[in-house]
Amino acid sequence: MSLQPASTEIAARTAAVISEMKGLEGPLLPILHGVQEEFGYVPQEALLVIADALNLSRAEVHGVATFYHDYRKQPAGRHVLKLCQAEACQSMGSDAIAAKVKQALGVGFHETAKDNSVTLEPVYCLGLCACAPSAMLDGQVIGRLDDEAIDEIVAEVRR
Amino acid sequence: MNIKADFPTLIEETDYGTPESRAEKQVTLTVDGRSITVPEGTSIMRAAMEGGVEIPKLCATDMLDSFGSCRVCLVEIEGRGGTPASCTTPVGEGMVVHTQTDRLDAIRRGVMELYVSDHPTGWNEKAGTGASEFDAVAKSVGLAENRYGVEGRNHVHENGVAPGHGSLAVDYIARDETNPYFSYDPAQCIVCSRCVRACEEVQGTFALTIEGRGFESRMVAGMHEDFIASECVSCGACVQACPTDALREKTVLEKGLPERSAVTTCAYCGVGCSFKAEVKDDEVVRMMPYKDGKANHGHSCVKGRFAYGYATHKDRILSPMIREKITDPWREVSWEEAIAHTASEFRRIQYQYGRGAVGGITSSRCTNEETYLVQKLVRQGFLNNNVDTCARVCHSPTGYGLGQTYGTSAGTQDFDSVEFTDVALIIGANPASAHPVFASRLKKRLRQGAKLIVIDPRRTEMVKSAHIEAAYHLPLKPGTNVAVLTSLAHVIVTEGLFDEAFIRERCDWAEFQDWASFVALPENSPEAISKLTGVDPELVRGAARLYAKGGNGAIYYGLGVTEHSQGSTTVMAIANLAMATGNIGRPGVGVNPLRGQNNVQGSCDMGSFPHELPGYRHISGEAVRDIYESLWGVKLDNEPGLRIPNMLDAAVDGSFKGIYIQGEDILQSDPDTKHVAGGLAAMECVVVHDLFLNETANYAHVFLPGSTFLEKDGTFTNAERRINMVRKVLEPKARYADWEATQELARAIGLDWNYTHPSEIMDEIAKTTPSFAGVSFELLDRVGSVQWPCNEKAPLGTPIMHVDGFVRGKGKFIRTEYVATDERTGPRYPLLLTTGRILSQYNVGAQTRRTENSMWHSEDRLEIHPHDAENRGVRDGDWVRLASRSGETTLRALITDRVSPGVVYTTFHHPDTQANVITTDFSDWATNCPEYKVTAVQVAPSNGPTEWQKDYNEQARQSRRIKGHLEAAE
Repeated sequence: MSLQPASTEIAARTAAVISEMKGLEGPLLPILHGVQEEFGYVPQEALLVIADALNLSRAEVHGVATFYHDYRKQPAGRHVLKLCQAEACQSMGSDAIAAKVKQALGVGFHETAKDNSVTLEPVYCLGLCACAPSAMLDGQVIGRLDDEAIDEIVAEVRR
Repeated sequence: MNIKADFPTLIEETDYGTPESRAEKQVTLTVDGRSITVPEGTSIMRAAMEGGVEIPKLCATDMLDSFGSCRVCLVEIEGRGGTPASCTTPVGEGMVVHTQTDRLDAIRRGVMELYVSDHPTGWNEKAGTGASEFDAVAKSVGLAENRYGVEGRNHVHENGVAPGHGSLAVDYIARDETNPYFSYDPAQCIVCSRCVRACEEVQGTFALTIEGRGFESRMVAGMHEDFIASECVSCGACVQACPTDALREKTVLEKGLPERSAVTTCAYCGVGCSFKAEVKDDEVVRMMPYKDGKANHGHSCVKGRFAYGYATHKDRILSPMIREKITDPWREVSWEEAIAHTASEFRRIQYQYGRGAVGGITSSRCTNEETYLVQKLVRQGFLNNNVDTCARVCHSPTGYGLGQTYGTSAGTQDFDSVEFTDVALIIGANPASAHPVFASRLKKRLRQGAKLIVIDPRRTEMVKSAHIEAAYHLPLKPGTNVAVLTSLAHVIVTEGLFDEAFIRERCDWAEFQDWASFVALPENSPEAISKLTGVDPELVRGAARLYAKGGNGAIYYGLGVTEHSQGSTTVMAIANLAMATGNIGRPGVGVNPLRGQNNVQGSCDMGSFPHELPGYRHISGEAVRDIYESLWGVKLDNEPGLRIPNMLDAAVDGSFKGIYIQGEDILQSDPDTKHVAGGLAAMECVVVHDLFLNETANYAHVFLPGSTFLEKDGTFTNAERRINMVRKVLEPKARYADWEATQELARAIGLDWNYTHPSEIMDEIAKTTPSFAGVSFELLDRVGSVQWPCNEKAPLGTPIMHVDGFVRGKGKFIRTEYVATDERTGPRYPLLLTTGRILSQYNVGAQTRRTENSMWHSEDRLEIHPHDAENRGVRDGDWVRLASRSGETTLRALITDRVSPGVVYTTFHHPDTQANVITTDFSDWATNCPEYKVTAVQVAPSNGPTEWQKDYNEQARQSRRIKGHLEAAE
């Protein structure tokens, strides 16, 4: 279990992020990015602070934060692996790849490994259709996934 | 009278799909072969509907801006490709539109088929009423098949209700039944966003959102909370907007769809919203806001929309009752006996103690016609002028102040005026709680860019809430309104921000100069007064500049202005500001008192005050008395009668012995409860005419059961002087509508009254009162409503007053010297108490406490700043003793920084709290309006109710006993 910060601390750190970005035009998304960077996820308490600071309702902030899958409700594992499940990758066998990866890591989609090593997520198109099936590990894209590549990925996240 | 014959059908309002365009340029197009001309900017959908062609729609409704998400309103336009959405496509000159083609039919059926694949209709399970817009569209597009199966991700009810299912579907979310008035069934939601947009665009609360995206999208309240725990204020706009039965009134789900309806007027606050009272089997099953209502344009709040349950509450007394002494239990008697007893008692008292020993109090809750009759009973029957009204304790300074300066005792604008306002200045009012539908309209204007100034000791919701932020909040010390307003005037005069052309043309220039020299005195500068008011001088200067030079400036004010020892002075100061800046006599500006009760304007108009006959004409005027003397056949007393506090004083002195109180609870609503109790206890015949055994009835000898607004015909006049129809939808539960009971009493004391319908009373009012000369029920039936003055000069009423000049001739500037109230803080009472209201409760709570609204506010709490709380060892939720020089009470604390240090705040909705035990008997110098808004108090931790509260409750319990009834469990 990762230790999550106390809510007063979340409020203070969120306020710092907000004060940095409040002047931007359309500051909500940048602030949510900043908060995610700060905490590794977007804590519920942070949303309340943001709503108050931007004079939005908490419903609105919740609506925006839940619209984007990349804003996390819980902290991710040390690594984040996204497997593309969109049409082109499906036609090139991404289903089988996903099954193998799940088996190897012992986690399903939207899950984090018990040892907190990795969070596995589906993604719908990385723009790498020419190199399908594709994936993204910690922000680095990987094309032409095969068994060998899977082994490398697994080794990397286990390290 | 047969009510069913009067309104045999359910009123169906046309939904044009998108809002009206206000463009002047007209455009002509052809829809399905019909030529239609509409203003430029109108959507094809609306144009078609106006021409009688209904295009199927799901995500569109004319209360909301078009959205274009449901894809069933598609049309074909000759010369253009594709099938554009008719809700988002504006009309064009010469456009030829087809709404019914094979291609469109196929697309619409396909879209609906997709919808039903994840909707209960998909498996023919009647989950809602079966009569929603969605059901109607499914039928109209000829949906016959569903090729996608019924194994939708969210529509499945629990455990195997759906065919072929044994468990919950993956995205199933249980119904949310937490709101007492409506339920939310996510399984029926089609994510059209109408509810979310209604909450944002119409209500302005932003409590709803669409969570997630794609297939996971769901409407949720707050951050996926229960409705009751969310920011939702239960205004009902979302329920009204929902095209499925996902959001639906519980009464409709339980009792079925209404069968008949009539348009009537809400009996809560002074906004005066129009509703359709919808009835099934002689029971109101729903109150639906009426889109043609000029005050509310189809919107509502939790009170008018849902809190009508008091009308059938078990506490309602349906039989007249009398008793010898107030310590006796009540005895139920016939109407005849009660009326005869009352008449003989009043006759006896007048014979024994003199003509002036009896009087009456009219009600701001009752209709104009009923109020007129009560004052007529006093003047024609009792032959004195001892009539007063509850407006004494709220807006009497408005009448006086605006009468002196402008010449009329009423607000200058209609509510629509707010749509043209650039700067709104709110003083001593919290419309978001007390006038919610107006607040929604104001918030809409603020979101469009208008600026807001709030002068209030408390940081109200108007100061800051979602998408609303006051440009200036002046958190003044209670009791310093005049000082702050005069300093605003100081800035306007000394910085040359006044409108000289307007003043020279419309006002008395010499009086202006006198006033200007007064306000310009250095002691009236923001810097000088900041010591008294606690307001930062820079805020005052900024606010003055904004109000004077920010475009159309409109002032809205409430009881925080009037309920002070300088209430009338404050009203004059407000009037001065508007005149000095030229903010009078056109849309978007003006001085707007926000009236507390549904008919407080009307009760004042109808001659309820002891010195005035209907239409604000002084009783000393011979010509005016002549009108009534010749009609009523009596000689009227030419001296003003007693005001409420004077009646009570006279009672204590032994010269006032009998009173007829219609629809007012003076014991709870008037200041200094102990004084009121003492006065009532000294009387020999107190007649209370009310729905419930209210607190005043504890001291009554006769109780006459009242009728609700649903049980009578008549009119209410709202804060914008608008005379709205009240229509009977149910027979009076206690046999008589209130006007009939008053008439019975009048006959019993020998008056020859023969009204058979309230319209005849209005005819008498029109005949005798110039400002109402053109008003009749026939006119109101025809045009919906009118704003007085309504006469030959203005046959359809007067939305905005003082357009070409002030009613009194020249606008009058009056010096407004600040005089501190005698109520001061000191070492023993270091805090200032001010009082107010909360959204879900209304006034003394007699109605709303008897509805589910108490879920939101079940007790009055004392708001106290964290600093003051800590000093006193008070924690949130603790019982505290609240003591003033007048008395003490206990209630629980709510720690918040909405109030400044040194100020505490509470509401007065619950009789247990008895907030008016605390308030003093200081009052407005001109009108006796009590100073509710300032009381020096001390707060200390406490264990529970005070001795007074215990004694009071015991006395109340004793005095509510009715012979032959088991004691009420309450």
